[in-house]
Amino acid sequence: MKFAVLVFPGSNCDIDCYKAVEDTVGQKVDFVWHTATDLSGYDAILVPGGFSYGDYLRCGAIARFAPVMNEVIKAAEQGKFVLGICNGFQILTEAGLLPGVLRRNENLKFRCHSALLEVVNNNTAFTNQYNEGEIIDIPIAHGEGNYYCDDETLAKLQSNNQIVFRYKAGANPNGSIDDIAGISNERGNVVGMMPHPERAIDEILGSADGKRMFTSILNAWREQHGAAVNG
Amino acid sequence: MAQQLTAKEPTAQQIVDQKIYQQFGVSDYEFELICGFLGRLPNYTEIGVFSVMWSEHCAYKNSKPILKKFPITGPKVLMGPGEGAGIVDIGDNQAVVFKIESHNHPSAVEPYQGAATGVGGIIRDIFSMGARPIASLNSLRFGRLENDRVKYLFENVVSGIAGYGNCIGIPTVGGEVMFDESYEGNPLVNAMCVGLIDHDKIQRGVAKGVGNPVFYVGPATGRDGIHGATFASVELSEESEEKKTAVQVGDPFMEKLVMEATLELINSGIVLGIQDMGAAGLTCSSSEMASKAGNGLELYLDNVPQREKDMTPYEMMLSESQERMLFVVTPENEAQAMEIFERWGVICAKVGKVTDDGRLRLFHKGEQVADMPVKALVDECPVYNKPSQEPAYYAANAKIDTTAYPEVTDLTGALKQVLGSPTVASKEWVYNQYDYMVRTSTAVQPGSDAAVVTIRGTRKALAMTTDCNGRYVYLDPEVGGRIAVAEASRNIVCSGAEPLAVTDNLNFGSPEKPEVFWQIEKAADGMSEACVTLETPVIGGNVSLYNENAKGAIYPTPVIGMVGLVHDIDHITTQSFKSEGDVIVLLGDTKAEMGGSELQYVLQGKTEGRPPQIDLAVEKRTQNAVLEAIRAGLVASAHDLSEGGLAVAVAESCFGTGLGASVNVATELRADHALFSESQSRILLTAKADKAAELQALLNERGVVNAAIGTVTAAATLNIQVNGNQGVNAPVEQLEKVWKEAIPCLMK
Repeated sequence: MKFAVLVFPGSNCDIDCYKAVEDTVGQKVDFVWHTATDLSGYDAILVPGGFSYGDYLRCGAIARFAPVMNEVIKAAEQGKFVLGICNGFQILTEAGLLPGVLRRNENLKFRCHSALLEVVNNNTAFTNQYNEGEIIDIPIAHGEGNYYCDDETLAKLQSNNQIVFRYKAGANPNGSIDDIAGISNERGNVVGMMPHPERAIDEILGSADGKRMFTSILNAWREQHGAAVNG
Repeated sequence: MAQQLTAKEPTAQQIVDQKIYQQFGVSDYEFELICGFLGRLPNYTEIGVFSVMWSEHCAYKNSKPILKKFPITGPKVLMGPGEGAGIVDIGDNQAVVFKIESHNHPSAVEPYQGAATGVGGIIRDIFSMGARPIASLNSLRFGRLENDRVKYLFENVVSGIAGYGNCIGIPTVGGEVMFDESYEGNPLVNAMCVGLIDHDKIQRGVAKGVGNPVFYVGPATGRDGIHGATFASVELSEESEEKKTAVQVGDPFMEKLVMEATLELINSGIVLGIQDMGAAGLTCSSSEMASKAGNGLELYLDNVPQREKDMTPYEMMLSESQERMLFVVTPENEAQAMEIFERWGVICAKVGKVTDDGRLRLFHKGEQVADMPVKALVDECPVYNKPSQEPAYYAANAKIDTTAYPEVTDLTGALKQVLGSPTVASKEWVYNQYDYMVRTSTAVQPGSDAAVVTIRGTRKALAMTTDCNGRYVYLDPEVGGRIAVAEASRNIVCSGAEPLAVTDNLNFGSPEKPEVFWQIEKAADGMSEACVTLETPVIGGNVSLYNENAKGAIYPTPVIGMVGLVHDIDHITTQSFKSEGDVIVLLGDTKAEMGGSELQYVLQGKTEGRPPQIDLAVEKRTQNAVLEAIRAGLVASAHDLSEGGLAVAVAESCFGTGLGASVNVATELRADHALFSESQSRILLTAKADKAAELQALLNERGVVNAAIGTVTAAATLNIQVNGNQGVNAPVEQLEKVWKEAIPCLMK
């Protein structure tokens, strides 16, 4: 399987995502620039964190106009796996691939620390190696991670099982609605999350709980692939 | 408006007649020298260029005699002071590059941008050497947090550091923050950056090869930061607020692009010389690059990208607009260089040429507007040996017996007061605003003695810290200088690393005052001595003088930035207690040394007497033994004793672990002295019960005083007895709450 890690001007978790793919699943991985117009060779697309275009307008608002985003939308439509982390999540909401918006943290400050998440939906390509309800330790580092959507959208997210991760009850770091830390699209092949699984792949970094996000993706791809081969 | 400015530019004659040069900090004597070097009167642009090159900030004219005191060589030093940053070998063809720099005055008037551009500047120093920046640290000083202006400065300095570092994607992994009235009105903001480089990629700021083109890289030049270097070289005053225009505005996004493009350019192997535009912008980078190559330089100012209309040569040369670099390649490689910057969306313009006449010539609108000898600009600034005089307070302090304060009987209460003092309290409020994890190499996060960052593809890691207790330095500059280096080194050793080298930031008051100059001299003597004994040469640094406010000079604060090498990640050690039953061993002698202590400050509201003394031979022996014990796998946790002494060290080691400690100290001292004295060369180690004897045997063999003073307990209570009598007894949770909530409460 082949991973793409997108690089926008100002992306700064691109290298970490690349290393995480190498270290966790050892699959092929390329950096793909914001100017690219073809993603057909990739099975999974990682939209990394950082400050694309300096986040000077609104987080992700400029990045969504980058040429590569048309290809990301196409890939999502084709059912490929798309994972947006932190700024990547913000970009996916701006691009309309995921509902809702990310506002400034409730306390108006950037927050960086480890965070406990509950795996709400383990029936996705990104979480199949976790148990439902499992509490995992994945760090956060963001100033604008306060997820918000209207009541109607929230009801839909809940009923479609699109809430993938919630912050552990009582430990919501940013004021997000319904303690949301990560969501998927309806089809389940696009996920956006504020916490950084690529920063939790080795005990020496404080946690290795993020490893299974990457192995989940490989597992899902293998199942899909195997199914296709078996006909 | 701009046209008027140009029109208003004084003539050479007016500059002499009205002594306009004095406004730029140039003395009558220096002005005469400049006229001599030129063989005529300087015009406005030329006097501007000379004034910044001859400022303390660029020329070190008052501090050069001091800087000569420091040991700057060592078997592992690949590059010492003089370039953008110093470099130390770490084996396997790799080296570590690091430097610290101050942005005190800008931060005093415009805290967010002042601090942000401080971070941006030091990061540029690192990548202009060809190194990939891997971590940032800082060292901050503020007045008392009860003061509203101090709160405003603290809040915005921290956000400025966060705003820049987080965006550019370099983790801010460590640092220190202290609070004392002495820094009110003149906060200290020192930023340090650490980078990694392969030996063959090391760059220098030299304008090599006569006829080669000189390129400008980065955003267009504006009128921001004009005379920033001069501003840094005078005392702050009521009028400083008006000098906000001397503070630059940072754009971390732009710097990220400039950094990636520059590193790609350097990796392509075509760069002959490169230097960042820091203090004194285009002036300093161009003249220094020419000087180091023994060449001259012509600059065509019409080609300098300009953000504002009708900029004058004076403004362009003195602007400190951020995120800019200057580099030289051969004409054959021009196109390749331009292509790289174009791809990264960064402006790159040919603005000059290397010449052989040793002169810096500026051209504007078809005319030569300045012509100055490079050597005069860079090397000929007079050096002053300022008069030095022992201050009256120093002798007076000798008579103060700091052990004679009434004995503190409520030791638990005293511990809570010290833990709640912002200097000792948890800095989580600060470092949680910094992204300290990006680049996924941070093995020891902020909050331990030193931060540790792993080196990918190896078993090695780098430990790093910043340290200085200005109170000790104030009370006895020589002893305080020694302690600053020793404590930094102790922190590095406690994290499991071998100390490598020092970058120092000499923050002092005005050198024009003999009492301040005495502090500078003595502190440098003490630092030098410690650097020699501890084998940590000074590979670079920064001098920030004139740190004064209405009430006088700040406490002398020579901040030490130190980096150490962890030979194997298995050696990485933190201060937190690890498991129930581990034996707590205290290394070093505790004496009744309360001068400059946190307890003295908190309870007496004073900083007086003599600071703790230090024997560098004992220090070195202790550090060597601890490192040996760590490498032998005998140590579970290690924490150096600093502000707040033994009581604070034991408490901090409990925090965040869910464990407690049961300690009994046998001593001839008064209980409050035993627990809160800040005697030096002391370290708290723990060892697994079955390894404690081996650890103590090793320490004894190495001649290190040590005593098993207690055990780590499953019950999360801190119980410290002194000679069997109850000293401190409190649930860890209660102490931790005081420690954690102190700063957030004050900042609400």
